[in-house]
Amino acid sequence: MENYPSLVTLILFIPLIGFVLNLFVGPRLGERLSSILGTTAAMLSFGVAVLLWTYLRGSGYESAVVNPPFLDGWIQIGSANVSIPWQLRVDTLSVTMMLVVTGVGSLIHIYSAGYMHGDARFTRFFTYLNLFLFFMLILVTGNNFLMMFVGWEGVGLCSFLLIGFWFDRPNGVGWKNSNAARKAMIANRVGDFGVLMAVFLMFWTFGTLDYYRPGEITNAELTGHETASAVSEGGHEAAPAEGEHAAAPAEGEAATTTEGHGTPEIAGPVFTDNEHIPTAQLGVFGQAERMVKENHQVSFGSFSLPIDTVLVIITLFMLLGATGKSAQIPLFVWLPDAMAGPTPVSALIHAATMVTAGVYMMCRSNVFFFNAELTSFIVAIIGATTAIMAGYIALGQWDIKKVLAYSTVSQLGFMVAAVGVGAYGAAMFHLVTHAFFKALLFLGSGSVIHGVEHGHHLAHERAHDAHGHDAYDAHGDAHGEEHHDDHPFDPQDMRNMGGLARKMPITFITYVIGTLALAGIFPLAGFWSKDEILADSWLKGFEGGSFLSSAGGFIAFVLLLVAAGLTAFYMWRQIEMVFFGSARSEAADHAPESVFSMTFPLIVLAILSIFGGFINTPSNVLGLENIFTAHNFTEWLEHSIVHAHAAPFQPGIALVALGLAIAAIFAARSIYGQGKSSHVADHDPLIDRIPSGGATIFGMANAKLHWDENYFRFIENPFNKMSQFLANTVDWRFWHDYFHDTVIGKGFVGISQILAKPVDLGIIDGLVNDVGSVVKWISNRMRVVQTGYVRTYAVSVLLGVVLVIVILILPALQR
Amino acid sequence: MVSSAISLSTVVLFLPLIGIIPLLLMREQGADGHGNENFKWMALGFSGAAFIASLVMWATFNASNPGLQFAQQIEWIPSIGISFSIGVDGISILLIVLTTFIMPIAILSSFTAHVIHERGRERLYYIFMLLLEFAMLGVFMAQDLFMFYIFWEVTLVPMYFLIGIWGAERRIYAAVKFFLYTMAGSILMLLAILYVGINAGTFSLPAIMELIQTGKLVFPFAGVFSTQSFLFLGFLIAFAIKVPIWPFHSWLPDAHVQSPTAGSVVLAGVLLKLGAYGIIRFCLPLFPQAAHAWAPFVATLAVIGIIYGAWVTYAQTDVKKLVAYSSISHMGFVILGIFALNTIGIQGAILQMVNHGISTGGMFLFVGVLYERRHTKDIAAYGGIWKVLPVFGGLSLLIALSSMGLPGLNGFVGEFTILMGSLGSPTLGFFFTLFATLGVILSAVYILYMYQKVFMGDVTHEENNHLEGLRWQETTVLVAVIVVIIWIGVQPKTFFDSMGPTVTQMAQNINSAASTVLR
Repeated sequence: MENYPSLVTLILFIPLIGFVLNLFVGPRLGERLSSILGTTAAMLSFGVAVLLWTYLRGSGYESAVVNPPFLDGWIQIGSANVSIPWQLRVDTLSVTMMLVVTGVGSLIHIYSAGYMHGDARFTRFFTYLNLFLFFMLILVTGNNFLMMFVGWEGVGLCSFLLIGFWFDRPNGVGWKNSNAARKAMIANRVGDFGVLMAVFLMFWTFGTLDYYRPGEITNAELTGHETASAVSEGGHEAAPAEGEHAAAPAEGEAATTTEGHGTPEIAGPVFTDNEHIPTAQLGVFGQAERMVKENHQVSFGSFSLPIDTVLVIITLFMLLGATGKSAQIPLFVWLPDAMAGPTPVSALIHAATMVTAGVYMMCRSNVFFFNAELTSFIVAIIGATTAIMAGYIALGQWDIKKVLAYSTVSQLGFMVAAVGVGAYGAAMFHLVTHAFFKALLFLGSGSVIHGVEHGHHLAHERAHDAHGHDAYDAHGDAHGEEHHDDHPFDPQDMRNMGGLARKMPITFITYVIGTLALAGIFPLAGFWSKDEILADSWLKGFEGGSFLSSAGGFIAFVLLLVAAGLTAFYMWRQIEMVFFGSARSEAADHAPESVFSMTFPLIVLAILSIFGGFINTPSNVLGLENIFTAHNFTEWLEHSIVHAHAAPFQPGIALVALGLAIAAIFAARSIYGQGKSSHVADHDPLIDRIPSGGATIFGMANAKLHWDENYFRFIENPFNKMSQFLANTVDWRFWHDYFHDTVIGKGFVGISQILAKPVDLGIIDGLVNDVGSVVKWISNRMRVVQTGYVRTYAVSVLLGVVLVIVILILPALQR
Repeated sequence: MVSSAISLSTVVLFLPLIGIIPLLLMREQGADGHGNENFKWMALGFSGAAFIASLVMWATFNASNPGLQFAQQIEWIPSIGISFSIGVDGISILLIVLTTFIMPIAILSSFTAHVIHERGRERLYYIFMLLLEFAMLGVFMAQDLFMFYIFWEVTLVPMYFLIGIWGAERRIYAAVKFFLYTMAGSILMLLAILYVGINAGTFSLPAIMELIQTGKLVFPFAGVFSTQSFLFLGFLIAFAIKVPIWPFHSWLPDAHVQSPTAGSVVLAGVLLKLGAYGIIRFCLPLFPQAAHAWAPFVATLAVIGIIYGAWVTYAQTDVKKLVAYSSISHMGFVILGIFALNTIGIQGAILQMVNHGISTGGMFLFVGVLYERRHTKDIAAYGGIWKVLPVFGGLSLLIALSSMGLPGLNGFVGEFTILMGSLGSPTLGFFFTLFATLGVILSAVYILYMYQKVFMGDVTHEENNHLEGLRWQETTVLVAVIVVIIWIGVQPKTFFDSMGPTVTQMAQNINSAASTVLR
């Protein structure tokens, strides 16, 4: 048991090895072996994550810190007390993320083997996927903010690579794809600026970037918060496995550390609090708690600020980072465009894992956000506004993946809002369940697109009586582009679908399950997690303690409730348009069900979407606590998220939200059901249904509220213009041409000409002529051995150098 | 100090110069009647030997000793205190290794350069390369102000000819401008050097430092316009032009665009570092109070350079000019780190000098690969290259990302350390850090723009469909650069350890000297 935390090294190196192997030998392995290699790496990592999970359960949730082998620190400047090591952390939060990343990741690897079949860069796809897993796992396992940042930017890179995976598609499609990739990376860089500033400020406030140091107690005991939950947990039966810890009342919360490759050591005696540790030896969170308690003044050179203010500034910068990575207002605009990547990527990176990194970071920093009231308010408002705004845009989209993309933005808004109202546990809970059902929906949409594309090929072949051409093999090149047809056919446009329920039964059933889970229908996963966020905001409104946090709670609650209704509506609209009614295109009419490697992950994820919510059922509903331990997940998280707390179930809110969702589904059914879904371009049944203003409501959503246009008008375009102006006018025409060449250059020549006529010609020229004739004589002699004008130059230079050396050495020789 | 045995530093310094002798003696024509193939191998051999010797020096370098090591001093003009004096310490060791690393790479990349075959005179070309290496190593090793000045000026000569003979269309203009611009700056430095040397009675840097430490030599300081400040500025302007610090950058785009690939690699890789090195070596320790007083001003120029440089870079349509302008932004970070005047900032600056040498050198290498194939530097002539040359596209991406400062690669470590230093600096602070950090966004904007335009999208020009694959020389130099990029990115500790004690001691001296006057 003691060695278990060291396994965390493996969880990183397995995908790395998969990446390296696929990079160098993959192209020679062929599709089959290459995909097996990549998938095996993902599944082995998942196995390791499961082992770490059993370790945590068995050791009483004892956090551990591991130094990976082969690496000797990272940014370590001994003389300036900068110590930022490569150091990994095993605690309940990081293991949760590991399980989600590698679990969903494995399923998506399997799915990709079918989906990417036949693609020209099949191997490279798996290479990137493994690299992504590697960076994502660095992000979640690092024990300091800078390691998190390595993963943070690393997954950004993989996102860039995978959005731009089809960068070379003809007819400008490749260019559009690579634009989307660049946009994603730049939007994220704006966020990264925030993270970096937060990191700098943190360093000069705390002198370290470590979350917690080995030996530190990391659970709620630290703040004196009551965590009755920790006692009721399953840690009891396993804790005695470690004799010396069983004695400690804190359930053995002290971290262990592994030096080098050795066994993890218990880093000192087990205390129930951190009082015995000097402030400077605590990690950032421990120090922050203590400083807040002591009303510490942080000094930055010439001025100092109270710790509360510092935390507000740090968290605001962090929030900027989160809006980039987790696609919130104002930086969310990259995520809808990111759908240019292959659909498995959308599922893995742009729904289930990478985009939740911002939420992870904020939950990891819950100590900061808990103590920064102003930031928390802003976080709540941004999250809730994003949720409702993206939900609204989603109902005006025709592209099956765009709907899901905006839905993802909206759901991330729920998580962010949860952080804002202090419900860190609920945010993580929604992160996990969302990973299940949104990955399911994206993979389902991939299956639909795949089917429609094949249908298109089949229909096309039948029409042209083609023979001997296996459409299935050729499809890999066909995503998002048109091969044979003169008329562009968009396999992602829901107006080209309809009636797929009969054609693709497995996809249909799992898609409906995912939709219901997302819409928050009892008792599927989304119901529990969404309801917890709503309940927490509601309670925050009542018990906020101050005007600011109460306001944040109420505003978030109202906005999120509406957003929940919108979610159910746009999702059922999608179901109607895609699966019900009759086929609106030949392609949809011929669409076949996908292969088993694609439907299998759908089935697994559907099961998880049904039952996933039971990991954290509240304590007072329908006696569920007798079947599943109540607040199981929140309690598990409390061992790493100090301020995670379980809110009591609010039956009223649950019923209202559920009623709203069901009503929204029926509304969507009545508007879009029974074949009313039009395939007339630019016309949506919603417009007919609401005579006054329907067109506006739909039009605004369809136009995505003009975010992109405004960004272009107010930021991108001025930036480009300014860039051109600076480069061409200021730097080149003025500074380079005018100032240097004209003013300095010509001026110099002018003065020299004045000097030349009277001064030079009269006196100096004669002298120079003599020198010139000497040089001429020398060069004439030189021509005997060397020819050419420049060589003469060179030789004279050489002679000069030799002369210098002789002068250098002569005095030494004389002695 | 005076030692009769030849020190390892002397060996490293003179190896390139000795390499010129066989080059001079070799026949012009090879066995097949064409140019002699052995010129380039001889040059590669000697620069490679210098690299190995410098690695040995680095390996035997005592990292815990802040003082001068491998020192050698020979009296030269004792009457006025000028001596041949070289040595290595924590500040110069990495830059020396950088120089000896970049030179074989530049020489190997010349193997495939068509311009050298076209214009001929291979012998001369490689002689200039070796002479340049000798002069640059001399600048980094010199421990005598007078010798430093001579080496400083000598670097101009081979570079002048490299641009002027093997450059592009406007090569003469660029070469002359490069020469005059740098010369103009160094005249002020010469005056300052003479003033310092005559007042101290010696030109030996360690001796002068000793005099200053013991209080026997004082450059009067009474604010930003006093003797010490003028001396400081005399040095600074010479160095500022070389770096170049905004707004002294006007020569750089011309020199880079007109220079042959290897010339650009050396220019960006090492020559620009001479200026920043000079600031650390002379401006800070000799004139600490003036450095303190002027730090916010110079750092402001640096931050302007970071933002302005990046902004201007984004609008470039010539890929080589784009990389050249990016240097202004990158070197701004180095200057910011230096004038943070604390250990973190200066160490970050030194590491960033190495990083910039590697990454920007690497960028010029891949631009060179493109140029060899298409003979144009116009970005619009490319597009979709990643599809045609997948391995080359991948290698180039890695180098571009390193220049962009992706964590886990070298550029990030330097930028991060500098920015962190600037926030905790005794002279700078929050707003310097805030604005400089914006450069992180801007660098992504122009690097990704360049990468996308050149490598992504569909192939739009038919000629690009039939590009020749990488030659072994090209693969070798790109891979060599990438190995170092990853090494520094993952394990920078090795590098920080080498310079730590020297920089720490220097930072302490500066700040204590400055505080004694200020209080």
